[in-house]
Amino acid sequence: MSARVGVVTFPGSLDDADARRAVGLAGGQAVTLWHKDADLLGVDAVVLPGGFSYGDYLRAGAIAGHAPVMGPLVAAAREGLPVLGICNGFQVLCEAGLLPGVLTRNAGLRFVCRPQALVIESSATVWTSRYRGGQRVVVPVKNGEGRYVADEATLDALEAEGRVVARYADGDPSGSSRSIAGVASADGRVVGLMPHPEHAVDALTGPGTDGLGFFASVLDALVGAR
Amino acid sequence: MARVVVDVMLKPEVLDPQGQAVGHALARMGAEGVTSVRQGKHFEIEVAGQAGPELAAAAQRWAAELLANPVIEDFTVSVE
Repeated sequence: MSARVGVVTFPGSLDDADARRAVGLAGGQAVTLWHKDADLLGVDAVVLPGGFSYGDYLRAGAIAGHAPVMGPLVAAAREGLPVLGICNGFQVLCEAGLLPGVLTRNAGLRFVCRPQALVIESSATVWTSRYRGGQRVVVPVKNGEGRYVADEATLDALEAEGRVVARYADGDPSGSSRSIAGVASADGRVVGLMPHPEHAVDALTGPGTDGLGFFASVLDALVGAR
Repeated sequence: MARVVVDVMLKPEVLDPQGQAVGHALARMGAEGVTSVRQGKHFEIEVAGQAGPELAAAAQRWAAELLANPVIEDFTVSVE
């Protein structure tokens, strides 16, 4: 049986269907989770998808960070459950305290939607093991609040610990600190990424299939653990 | 009834592009002498019961855990 990867739908989530499709294309079984769920239905990993949960009211991801499903999710993530937060999902992980820093409004004040070149800085996370360190990939970016901000000490620690997962190449769409596009938890099992790998899993609908590796990576880790 | 008022502002070192855009608009409408605009949030919360140290402590928690993100924002809380 293939690994079960939950995808949480919040009110205002947009990319949950694409995330489930990406899980399926990578060979996993996608499980639909709802923001009011009190448990995680026994899934092996979770994706928090992109969108505008709760209308981005208060701050992007702030209200979703306190949604009922986040209670068991935060507890499980602290015990090693693999979690990938994409775009709004990254914002939720920061607001929920699972990842350091915060995503703020793009320095240029524009909503940026385009194929984006990234450099995968770390292949040591459960979500990036299929990539080589330094590998360039192209996946879509589409956000208005993607500027990663953290204090200098936090940024230095992230760099020193190899927890910068991806950096923008050929132009930073948001003006992020140190061009950071994604970061990981200390154990490399929780990853937040502003660009959208789930939109780059099929040449028909995306700029390529560079994003599939994120989903294939976690399935490798889950199957290998059995 | 008690009333909790929370003001949230971006920390001074955090870029505020919205405030800058408002500043540029003020300049376009002829505002003179404006050197900086910072944009924040103001919350007014009505609470059943009496104001007191317990409510003040709770309000601090509400502000720190939800109304503001202490990574990028400072806040002030007053209970009336």
